[in-house]
Amino acid sequence: MALTPEQLDRYARHIVLRELGGPGQQRLRAASVLIVGAGGLGAPAALYLAAAGVGRLGLVDHDAVALSNLQRQVLFRTSDVGRAKVDAAADALADLNPDVGVEVILDRLTDADARGRVAGFDLVLDGTDDFATRYAVNAACHAEAKPLVSGAVGRWDGQVATFKSGPTKRLPKAERLPCYRCLVPEIPPQAETCARVGVVGALTGVIGSLMALEAIKEIAHVGDSLAGRLLLYDGLAAEARTVALRPDPGCPVCG
Amino acid sequence: MRVTVNGETRDVAAGLTLTAFLASIGVDASNVAVERNREIVPRSDYDATALREADQLEIVQFVGGG
Repeated sequence: MALTPEQLDRYARHIVLRELGGPGQQRLRAASVLIVGAGGLGAPAALYLAAAGVGRLGLVDHDAVALSNLQRQVLFRTSDVGRAKVDAAADALADLNPDVGVEVILDRLTDADARGRVAGFDLVLDGTDDFATRYAVNAACHAEAKPLVSGAVGRWDGQVATFKSGPTKRLPKAERLPCYRCLVPEIPPQAETCARVGVVGALTGVIGSLMALEAIKEIAHVGDSLAGRLLLYDGLAAEARTVALRPDPGCPVCG
Repeated sequence: MRVTVNGETRDVAAGLTLTAFLASIGVDASNVAVERNREIVPRSDYDATALREADQLEIVQFVGGG
């Protein structure tokens, strides 16, 4: 279906881009993205993907908006404190861009239901705050052959990668790409939580926006994918670097 | 033999495995990823990975917040 005159105006800055243009914008409109965790990463990612005109966004979160969220979770307002995050997010996203269909799931993602949740979407973003949920999302994306854009933050540091073990699992071994468990094979026993050690709000904006950017690239099939690479962002040093990541033959999920 | 670890030069025994090296500096491997010459070393390769002269190592702490 052709873009309406209003959509041509709304997405004009995408449409003039050589790599996107009208066809890229149509791909965004036809795409569906599941965002797991409506927190510091999910909030900016959801805003940018809704603004970009992604046709269908799913949001999974079990929590309510707390006052201490507002230092970084820019999707929410002070008047949202106490509301379910996914409900407040759905209202904010509908207000930003009525083109976008938003589906909310007021629940935790678990090992039992993760596959069913991710199956209905083209691509998954993980910005959750615990490793057990990250493992559940990763295993589901591998099983359902979905690309996974994963972001994580702590203090002043952020990490972003795209995992495509699922979409590449039928390819010859040399062409397969790693999954999240190839990077984090066991839950780190000394993992720090943001509640305890803190995180700079603007850093979650950087990493959440990078996740949205990588999702747009995957949907539009442009640029160099972050699959098989890990981007490390050091906020204190103002430095970013990208390192290679290959599948671990001993990986319990994709090996 | 000299290697660089997080920007600092260190003397290590020739042929030291990554597993033995991490133990020697008191790092619990389950909390970190190790990058060697800009590539993350798969965890199951640590025992079989012998450090070489002039290796550039970065020990990266996992973050999991969101």
